[in-house]
Amino acid sequence: MNVLLDNLSLFREGFIGTLELTGASALVAMVLGVIIAGFRVSPVPPLRIFGTLWVTLLRNTPLTLLFLVAFFVVPKVLFPDLDSFLLAVAACGFYTSAFVAEAVRSGINTVPLGQAEAARSIGMTFTQTMRLIVLPQATRTVVPPLSSIFIALTKNTAIAGAFNNVDLFNVSKTLSNDGYDIAVIFIWITLAYLIVTYAINGLFRLLEHRLEVAR
Amino acid sequence: MKLRKSAATAAVVAALALTATACGGKQGAAGDGGKGPDTSGTKALKYEVKKDAKVDSPVFEAAKKRGKLIIGAKADQPYLGFEDQSTKERSGFDIEIAKMIAADLGFSPKQIEWKTVDSGARETAVSKGDVDLMIGTYTINDERKKQVDFVGPYFHAGASLLVRKDEKDIKGPETVRGKKVCSIVGSTPLQNIKKPKYGAKVTELSKYSECVAQLLNNQIDAVTTDDAILMGYAAQNEGKLKVVGKPFSDEPYGVGLKKGDKALQKAVADAITAHTDNGDYKKAFDATLGKSGSEYKDPPAFTDPK
Amino acid sequence: MSASVLFDAPGPKARVRNIIYTVVGSAALLGGIAWVILRLNEKGEFDPALWDIFNYAGIRQNILEALLATLKVFALAGVFSLVFAVVLCVARLSDHRPVRWFAVVFIDLFRSIPLLITIFALWVGILGTMSPFWALVVGLTIYNGCVQAEVLRAGVNAVPKGQKEAAYAIGLRKSQVLTLVLFPQAIRSMLPTIISQLVVTLKDTSLGFMILYPELLHSARLIANNTPVNGVYPFVQTVAVFGAIYIGLCLVLSWLATWIEKRGRKAKTGIKVAHAEEPAASDVAPAPGAPVVSAADPRGETIVTDKAPGKDN
Repeated sequence: MNVLLDNLSLFREGFIGTLELTGASALVAMVLGVIIAGFRVSPVPPLRIFGTLWVTLLRNTPLTLLFLVAFFVVPKVLFPDLDSFLLAVAACGFYTSAFVAEAVRSGINTVPLGQAEAARSIGMTFTQTMRLIVLPQATRTVVPPLSSIFIALTKNTAIAGAFNNVDLFNVSKTLSNDGYDIAVIFIWITLAYLIVTYAINGLFRLLEHRLEVAR
Repeated sequence: MKLRKSAATAAVVAALALTATACGGKQGAAGDGGKGPDTSGTKALKYEVKKDAKVDSPVFEAAKKRGKLIIGAKADQPYLGFEDQSTKERSGFDIEIAKMIAADLGFSPKQIEWKTVDSGARETAVSKGDVDLMIGTYTINDERKKQVDFVGPYFHAGASLLVRKDEKDIKGPETVRGKKVCSIVGSTPLQNIKKPKYGAKVTELSKYSECVAQLLNNQIDAVTTDDAILMGYAAQNEGKLKVVGKPFSDEPYGVGLKKGDKALQKAVADAITAHTDNGDYKKAFDATLGKSGSEYKDPPAFTDPK
Repeated sequence: MSASVLFDAPGPKARVRNIIYTVVGSAALLGGIAWVILRLNEKGEFDPALWDIFNYAGIRQNILEALLATLKVFALAGVFSLVFAVVLCVARLSDHRPVRWFAVVFIDLFRSIPLLITIFALWVGILGTMSPFWALVVGLTIYNGCVQAEVLRAGVNAVPKGQKEAAYAIGLRKSQVLTLVLFPQAIRSMLPTIISQLVVTLKDTSLGFMILYPELLHSARLIANNTPVNGVYPFVQTVAVFGAIYIGLCLVLSWLATWIEKRGRKAKTGIKVAHAEEPAASDVAPAPGAPVVSAADPRGETIVTDKAPGKDN
């Protein structure tokens, strides 16, 4: 019996599940990460504190624990009617946003001082300085670490498989319950993950190439 | 930086405090003394340990050598396989069956090393030898027989549905269309209820107790698995949850052991038969499953080994 | 670039505006916290009985044992992964092409596979049979070893070229150059990053729950599931307690990294020490198939080219 051919639809479902979860979480992480990074360098103290707290808390908590929070605490206490996919996206996205925020912040740190000073001297406000001068330049240095972060995210979605989300890891468990040889299943699952991670890697390299400017 | 430093210091202090007070806290079982599984009956159950048990089996020899029999069990199923987290005591029908078998193999309850094994990991744990015997609501079926051997069935359960007390729509498997039904990843009742015939929306988690928690949170509408397991949860959450409908499948429970160990298989089968005949089986049932409302049935005839 | 470079010393107008933002921001923050607390209270999560379970000796003993189990895996995996990283890094820098290629493929492969799957595969016995404990240790060692190897390599590459040339010039062999000159400096400069990755190792021990290893999270789930109080499962309470333990442990490690970074910066060796504050890019496993873009690259690059002003300048 051939595991892959017999269960092609299941594999496809799992593969798409992993892709969807990764994509949605990446979007959440990206948006939140940039906002939090902005908070961390902003002139308003409560925002800075909030940013620091966010990053410290999320970076030092195991993702699995965040999943427990998302699936058992949040629905019970705050929002009872959330879909499990949304909860998984929230857990993965929030967790990853802390890493994105730190990457963006260190990217901001690599923009030469003179740039921000020049922006200020022509009268730009903090928001303008960030939006027009600093962030566009930071993008270039942020791309390589972001690629690593999103690859890590892809791999982290495997944890969602244990919490009512159809993804590749979940498929491996279902199939091994059906009595297929686990070694063969793992080879296919690993291959599928490699496809996703290499695709992300390639995409970011392309992006890096496009953004490359001689300094 | 200061924040970080003081937080770190606080953490160290907290950890030390926890360590220091680990022996000083309240004694006894935490949580619902009364509403947790009622284990009063099982204290009286004692099985005579055979002194000169001999089985021509490598698993048995290894266990004898280390002086401990490793038994895989469930830890989150009241009245079947449950472990109190504050006393680390295990109770339930499966636990009693395990003790009976251990006694006939020459191991006292103290010589049993329990390991908590979740449903999805049972075949692996048995076939790898992480556990000598697996006794935890282990349904005998053909897929599993490819990986492990069984002794049993020693009990017949059937899939059923657990719902909230105020549930009106769900009365049985025919009425779950479009409802959110929870079970554990890859389990048989889940595969069944997903079929077009029933058409339920399924939620898959890794522990039944997590399904129950979500049921109480109104995140899902029903939990499906074997009635014996569900009765335990219903009893634990009396007044909040109930089991509805007739069982819609047959789940024969067996003892899982490593493939090809005929001698141990026979010894385990003999042990169960002996304790059924001398009445221990019924006593154990009355002290455990009987309390959660399951009706006593005489143990079924063995299909494995024939 | 420190934050203050991004905005002027506020004038009267900006001061007023900042105060307004501060008030609004604080109000929003406090409001959010208050809302969560109110909801928690509404659902009865502050019921002392629910928290009382942690006053029992048995539960504490239970948590303590789980904590020790977690720390045991972490200690072994931490040490092994560093040793393994050195081996991999040496292989990666080898002059023999087959050895180098093997290291590249190995590192790339295991950084791309989810750790969960590596651990699971080790446990079910694709590469021999292992107890849950060893499967977890070996899985963590392989994965983190690969990441740490790339961190080390970035560190080695960051050592000024003259060091290596001088070492060869006085007649040291390649092994001597590596062990006496390059590695000590690389480890020194990369120590904060290495420790940040150790934080990741610590967090990842929680994946042991998948393979029945009785670590902290395993125990957390059992406590939450098996100790209902008046019919309420203490998920909120357990998450709070175990979250605090994890965060505490990780903060102690992070704090160590910051301390080393500070100490390193004071010492006048001329070698820059990576910033501990920045993300463990390594968590975040670096891109597969990208031999040049390494784990510590954002920092590695900063160190090599020094074109970016660090925040301490």
